[in-house]
Amino acid sequence: MENKIDNCENCDNCVGKQNFGKEFWKEFVKGIILCNPVFVLALGLCPTLAVTGTIDNALGMGAGVIFVLLGSNIIISLMRNIIPDLVRIPVFIVVIATFVTILSLLFEAYIPLLYESLGIYLSLVVVNCIILGRAEVFASKNGMFLSIADALGIGLGFTIALIMISLFREILGTGALSIFGFQLFNIPGLSSNPLGFFVSPPGAFLVIGVLLAVFRWIGVLDNE
Amino acid sequence: MNNLISIFILMAIVNNIVLAKFLGLCPFFGVSKKLSNALSMGLAVTLVMLIASISTTVIYNYLLVPFQVEFMRIVLYILVIASLVQMVELAIKRTNVALYNSLGIYLPLITTNCAVLGVALINSTENYTILQSTVSALGGGVGFSLVLIIMSGIREKLELSEAPESMEGLPIAFITAAMLALAFLGFRGMI
Repeated sequence: MENKIDNCENCDNCVGKQNFGKEFWKEFVKGIILCNPVFVLALGLCPTLAVTGTIDNALGMGAGVIFVLLGSNIIISLMRNIIPDLVRIPVFIVVIATFVTILSLLFEAYIPLLYESLGIYLSLVVVNCIILGRAEVFASKNGMFLSIADALGIGLGFTIALIMISLFREILGTGALSIFGFQLFNIPGLSSNPLGFFVSPPGAFLVIGVLLAVFRWIGVLDNE
Repeated sequence: MNNLISIFILMAIVNNIVLAKFLGLCPFFGVSKKLSNALSMGLAVTLVMLIASISTTVIYNYLLVPFQVEFMRIVLYILVIASLVQMVELAIKRTNVALYNSLGIYLPLITTNCAVLGVALINSTENYTILQSTVSALGGGVGFSLVLIIMSGIREKLELSEAPESMEGLPIAFITAAMLALAFLGFRGMI
């Protein structure tokens, strides 16, 4: 696990190169597959399991994390030369907490239904290790544009992982799939007798465990 | 009194913070490989959770609510918890060196443990009084330690058994946790 995290730090010789578009693209793609925060780094597990009962919650949480990650990465990369090294962690936490406060006020005002169903997990984005981790290993060492690429990549990787887990849980657990009240499809036999286990907490642990094992088996991830 | 007992049981067993609310999963999977580490971590989390819940409830009830700035709670709570962890670390270092050595690196890690902030947020969402928050934090801490200790016992045996190659490590730990959560689901009828 240690060297995997090292790989996800930016190498020093990448900074200051001319080929900017390529670097941006590289940092962006890295977050989605090679350094997928959930499946590869095993970070941010609490929201991953808690909000993947329905796909609506997964999408809302993914959007929220992208917003906070983008905001904190931009601010921290701009301030990285001003922040004294000794107090950097408290500074990062305050920046992140400010963005989480903005996020929860926005959700409460514009999408109150989603705000209700996410509950305390929306506020808990502040202790999501992904965001503090990116601030520490990436944004505090790189410029703003690369930090934006990193935030978008890692945020999208996190959202994709959430969507994957919630697809399994919602389809197996309710026998149907609906996004924001609009029903996409309905499996006849399953929706009358849904496997409620998958929507309940134990189902979350089982789905992510099996998914991780399958990814390793087909060779997307390395074995430990 | 009945109310307090039911809050304790609710937090410790029925709505267990790890297995039902998914809080504090990082230490749950990270530290649960050895029984002795699990004990130290459980103790440290319970201690910090207790102090943090009492102080955040005081701040919420007597500072944020009267001035109608409840939206500031995320920033304030995280600062309170971060500084509390530092203070607890210093206090333990001064008074009990043996305990400090056994807790070691786990104390600073608690700052980013979502269980501590989670319990503080649950307390203020439920509008608990100071006494109720104390009991709820105690229940949360006991529940966390209980599950961590059970899990580390299972994982010590799991290390020796043969799992399919792609299941080794984290995947099998998740599936074990699923079984454990299923067992805890049985307590749902209690309250």
